[in-house]
Amino acid sequence: MANTSNKEILYGVYDDEEDLLGAVKQANKDHLDIWDVFTPFPVHGLDPELGLAESRLHIAGFVYGAIGTLTAFLFMTWVFTRDWPMIFGGKPYWSVPAFIPITFEVTVLFASIGMVVSFYIVNAQGPGIQPPVLDDRITDDKFVIAFDADNSSQEQKDGWNSFFKNTGASEVITKVLPA
Amino acid sequence: MSAAVSPIREPLINGSKTYHQITEDILAPTERAPSPPWVVGFIIAVTFLALYVFCLGWTIFYGIGSWDLNRTINWGWDITNFVWWVGIGHAGTLISAILLLFRQKWRTGVNRAAEAMTIFAVVCAGQFPLIHMGRIWMAFFIFPYPNTRGPLWVNFNSPLLWDVFAISTYLTVSLLFWYTGLVPDFATVRDRAKGIRKKIYSLLSFGWTGSAKHWQRWEALSLVLAGLATPLVLSVHTIVSFDFATSVIPGWHTTIFPPYFVAGAIFSGFAMVLTLMLVARKLFKLEDYITLAHIESMNKVILVTGTIVGVAYLTELFVAWYSGYLPEQWAFYNRVFGPYYWSYIGMMSCNVLSPQIFWSRKMRRNIVVTFVLSIFINIGMWFERFVIIATTLARDYLPSSWSYYSPTWVEIGLFAGTIGLFFTLFLIFARVAPVIAVAEVKSILKSAGDQYTGPNAKHDHKHGGIEVRKESDTTGVISGN
Repeated sequence: MANTSNKEILYGVYDDEEDLLGAVKQANKDHLDIWDVFTPFPVHGLDPELGLAESRLHIAGFVYGAIGTLTAFLFMTWVFTRDWPMIFGGKPYWSVPAFIPITFEVTVLFASIGMVVSFYIVNAQGPGIQPPVLDDRITDDKFVIAFDADNSSQEQKDGWNSFFKNTGASEVITKVLPA
Repeated sequence: MSAAVSPIREPLINGSKTYHQITEDILAPTERAPSPPWVVGFIIAVTFLALYVFCLGWTIFYGIGSWDLNRTINWGWDITNFVWWVGIGHAGTLISAILLLFRQKWRTGVNRAAEAMTIFAVVCAGQFPLIHMGRIWMAFFIFPYPNTRGPLWVNFNSPLLWDVFAISTYLTVSLLFWYTGLVPDFATVRDRAKGIRKKIYSLLSFGWTGSAKHWQRWEALSLVLAGLATPLVLSVHTIVSFDFATSVIPGWHTTIFPPYFVAGAIFSGFAMVLTLMLVARKLFKLEDYITLAHIESMNKVILVTGTIVGVAYLTELFVAWYSGYLPEQWAFYNRVFGPYYWSYIGMMSCNVLSPQIFWSRKMRRNIVVTFVLSIFINIGMWFERFVIIATTLARDYLPSSWSYYSPTWVEIGLFAGTIGLFFTLFLIFARVAPVIAVAEVKSILKSAGDQYTGPNAKHDHKHGGIEVRKESDTTGVISGN
């Protein structure tokens, strides 16, 4: 039976983001299936090499914002034209210009909260969540390319090892992560 | 980002840092026992915080009759302090959002602390309208919640209610923006910590791993939040100015108020950032990350906004004269020559005249001058709000109602107390979180580190010199050897 509780990861450690970028390109050429890449800061130019599609967070943000706009504007409209019409300063009940500031603020509020919440949900992150850390130095100064070594053959592992050696990795480590 | 960096551009990180050295330097204050200056500062701050709590209790117990407000001058130090603190709270989001959109790399050295300052300043600001209500336990009345009185709704046409929405949105969005930036750095602290600290930072870092997909989303989120925060930050002080501008009080009822308030807010915010950062860089030995180049950039912003504010002061006077409207002319005559003439002088000299020395590059790069001037501006901007609020109200339409106002000890205590609150929060922040955005500084190292750019660049370095000056240059990378 396959091991379902633990995950075996074979990863190479690079000291510089340019070595990492070169290695990722080489991995693409060699048709190696990278499990994940970890870096201490966002490395530009990495996403297309890894084949990561553009994040759709901004689309979600637009939708949340539009919900905010409608919520604020329709609510104020309902209050001042249906629920409790009142005249302020001789203006019409439905005084649209006066609704603009609050509509704007609520739009920004909804978009921001919605996006941040979505961000943590799609990342599976949040307070109290602590996935096993692959290597303590990733958040400091090391750049890591990781392969999923579960059920991999010795041949595959040898291939990864020589790939790391050829692309200038300073260390190659195998680690079993608790699920 | 694909902007090529000019070789004559000044480096923003000095000392030929490596990535590891950056981590060590910036995290050091969070990992060692507090230094004596920090402890002394903290004790002073907490003392003032205690004063605040005392005066707050006094105000709530005896009511706002313990202040010297009267029927003519019904806004005094309370609203002055509110506007002052909100203004200070503008620099953080300006630095982190607007400068992010403009791709200004120098923001990475100061954005974290400036955002923290923003949040703490808005917290201080929020106190004043709340206590000013008199019955603070009724403060929830300002929110449109379903109630048994009809339901009776709040007045959505009122600038005071717009303010409620603006300030609370601003506080929320600033907090989200700030915390999202902090998460990867908390992970850095977590991975170096042991024992109970590791547990705490595990909780704070939300399980950040540094995965490429997470970084991609993180950047997308930061960019859109910056795009949202940019109009937001401009809207907040605009709406604060509407509190005055939509009234029919001569001296307040002017269309120049929104841009004038926003420029003033950026001006005072940068002054407070400089006050804090000049101390922090010394105290936490961060001179390599908050360099003279950073200070000079901020001083340029101060010069520009200070001059805009000066132009606004003069425009107000001109328009009052040009309007041919007597009450308006009188309001401004009274502002300059009336019973509060001393606050007008304070405002003009601190805000308009003193920043003009920043036309000199030598002065912009002088730390002592910058520090003294930042204090001047903080004072001057407080005077500005006092001038607008108190002098205008003191001489209203009916000479029989004219009045004079000076604060009671309770009001002074409340103001001094919020400064204590502000510094208490800031000093705690500086101990528990990296005061500089570690990951963001690392991301500009190759384009702004002094070993790669500027006069000390080492052109024979493996990855250094001319070849890697383009940040997203993916064609010229060295593919192993």
